[in-house]
Amino acid sequence: MNAVPVIIGYALHESLRRRVFLIVLVLTAAFLALYALGSWYAFDSVEEFAEEAPPLAGVDEETLTGATLLGLAMFATLFLGSVLAVFLTLAVVRGDAERGLLQPLVVRPVGRAALLLSRFAAAAAVCTLYVLSVFAATAAITYWAGGWWPDRFVVPGVELAAGVVVIAAFSLLGSVFLSATANGIAIFMTFGAGLVAGLLGQIGEVLRSETLTDIARAASWALPFEALYQDGLNAISSESFGLTSEALELGPFGGAQAGGPWLGPWTLAYLAAVAVVALVAFNRRDL
Amino acid sequence: MPAALATRRLGKRYGGIEALAEVDLTVDEGELVGLLGPNGAGKSTLVKIAVGLVRPTAGSAEVCGAPAGSREARASHGYLAELFRFPGWYSADEVLALHQRLARSTGGESERAELLDLVGLSEARGRRVDAMSKGMQQRLGIAQALVGRPPLLLLDEPTSALDPAGRRTVRALLEELRRRGTSVLLNSHLLSEVELVCDRVVILSRGRVVAAGSPAELARPRGVEVDVDGGTRRFPDAGRDDAPRLVADLVAQGEQIYGVRVLSTTLEEIYLSAVGEDSA
Repeated sequence: MNAVPVIIGYALHESLRRRVFLIVLVLTAAFLALYALGSWYAFDSVEEFAEEAPPLAGVDEETLTGATLLGLAMFATLFLGSVLAVFLTLAVVRGDAERGLLQPLVVRPVGRAALLLSRFAAAAAVCTLYVLSVFAATAAITYWAGGWWPDRFVVPGVELAAGVVVIAAFSLLGSVFLSATANGIAIFMTFGAGLVAGLLGQIGEVLRSETLTDIARAASWALPFEALYQDGLNAISSESFGLTSEALELGPFGGAQAGGPWLGPWTLAYLAAVAVVALVAFNRRDL
Repeated sequence: MPAALATRRLGKRYGGIEALAEVDLTVDEGELVGLLGPNGAGKSTLVKIAVGLVRPTAGSAEVCGAPAGSREARASHGYLAELFRFPGWYSADEVLALHQRLARSTGGESERAELLDLVGLSEARGRRVDAMSKGMQQRLGIAQALVGRPPLLLLDEPTSALDPAGRRTVRALLEELRRRGTSVLLNSHLLSEVELVCDRVVILSRGRVVAAGSPAELARPRGVEVDVDGGTRRFPDAGRDDAPRLVADLVAQGEQIYGVRVLSTTLEEIYLSAVGEDSA
């Protein structure tokens, strides 16, 4: 496995030279600046509204605004992290083989498993660092703008990062079978399907429809990045109660489902299964 | 001592298409073998099986005694693919350094300098790949295949993008490799090149070996030509052994001899005869 750090270094070097990191940093800086501006205005408006009209009895406006804003930021972080994960992995096997980049590496005494796992490790490390940084930055901005801090901070960040790592694993698996463009389309459609399932669950919560909620729950577990996102979203306002909690549920990022104690083990088992399928398929693939 | 490359009844099917069938081929230590055949004959498939990029559907292939595709086999060969690319942002030196780490070569900077010199790229050591011509990239590909001094080198169309001077450089390189005792399997369409440098030739057609041997073994006699005062005298049924007697007879007849040529079929004629209509 001595080749693992070499391949990880190669993957990171590739991303650096392709200016993937530069583009991501510039776009993220733009997002954070806009988020800071939006958060400041949102808290300011809520404050003015509370001064002009009597506050809704039992609703904590600060929590309602902060949780809604950070929920939006978590959605954006998941999306941006997923874009990064997909662009780091979408062409690793078939895409690179079609361009002739893979063959000179595979024929070395590296091993296909080491090559695939190294590329996954590189993408997972970069995406985790990115997601944790952006989540921490948005939480800090929310606190700066309105003095609100999430009820739980570490778990939502880790779950968001884990969700993006699942996307990276999907993309790597897809790259064994699909060309880069087809893989990118497939992964983003899968990502969209997961988010739609989450929205369906929120609609089900509001309408008190068990069928919709069950469908959403099944879809979330089939695509665990969505279950992880939902659980993280749920955790940022997990200590809210009463009318504040009810008001949050009616919002665009309310009604998030808690994943429960099996979400972590399930995600690990899921990643292991994806890795096994990808390795078997890659080992059987003619290049 | 196992052969550098040995295939036994090697076969490969892609769905309903038989790319290779019952191919027996050996490249001995220090031997330079040319692999010839028309497009679609299975040459690249054979090379890809040898380096572990493609899995055979029948038979076996071994590299230096280890199953093709195994870690031991991959540590024993260098490979230049027909279609390959290096990351455009790497310099020539960085490409070689990456492959040194992957091949666990301890040659360091001196090996990189030697390889770049061997392929005529010393001046382009720091040049980025995307600023190189196709021919330069191909020469860098050959240098990459030589990293770690592998005992077997598999070259798939190594001169396809090279100009005549570049081809001469590769020919000189192949002769240098022969001197070093490196075994080479050279897949090429350039018959003259193969005829000049290879110890043996294997011709594939429709996935099967249709001719194999040294160029001299494969050649058929086509007579003897003798230049005399009045022009050229041809003896179509004569062979090399008949030449001294023919010259002696002509001298006895009072002819002045200016030149004697023993004629045999060229590799091109052998090739066309072996592959038949496939060459069209």
